[in-house]
Amino acid sequence: MIFDIIIYVFLGIGVFFNVLAGVGLLRFPDVYTRLHAGTKCTTFGSIFIIGSVILIGFKNWWSGDLNGSVLVIHSAFALIAILLTNPVSAHAIARAAHKSGVMPAQAVIDELQDKPTEKSTRKKTSSKTAFSKKEGEQ
Amino acid sequence: MIEFFNEYMIVLIAVLLCVIMAIVRVIFGPTIPDRVVGVDTINTIVIVGMVIYGAAYEEVIYIDVAIVYALLSFISTLFIAKYLEGGEF
Repeated sequence: MIFDIIIYVFLGIGVFFNVLAGVGLLRFPDVYTRLHAGTKCTTFGSIFIIGSVILIGFKNWWSGDLNGSVLVIHSAFALIAILLTNPVSAHAIARAAHKSGVMPAQAVIDELQDKPTEKSTRKKTSSKTAFSKKEGEQ
Repeated sequence: MIEFFNEYMIVLIAVLLCVIMAIVRVIFGPTIPDRVVGVDTINTIVIVGMVIYGAAYEEVIYIDVAIVYALLSFISTLFIAKYLEGGEF
């Protein structure tokens, strides 16, 4: 049946990209490239694997099993949770790695080093004004 | 009746090999963000493994566990990143 063939092709693509993520985590030289491998490849692979699970649920539902509909809806919620949370956590890790001073491999200069972010400038100005007010009171 | 070694167990074993590769990165990572990247990858792969397990044995409760695990691991990764930045919470 063509449904089973589509399910197995999706499982194969998903497993291939997840294994690529593992190999990339081992082989890349740097935090940022490892993040590139370990986040995007797992997101793409999990889209295909959970998509195949959704197709399994549709197949069971088509053959008259009502548990298939529950499988479809809950797997879709798990896929939505992964798609929403995975890029955000990758961005947070990259930002934290840059702020804690990790340079990319073979990098010579850091162009973002002297460029203050909006949050830090706001904090600095607010603390400065508070300090000067205290000094003026004394 | 569902047999124990159906074809989804092969997918599950291949996915757990990726977890082993990420554990190697967590152990031998030179810096702390490397380890955090490894833990984040392990979290995503464990979610996928839970969904496959629930589909293999037709137990929907494992997929519910996967949803809750996804949200909790997201929050824990955000807190670790916030801690590495050195900012206040």
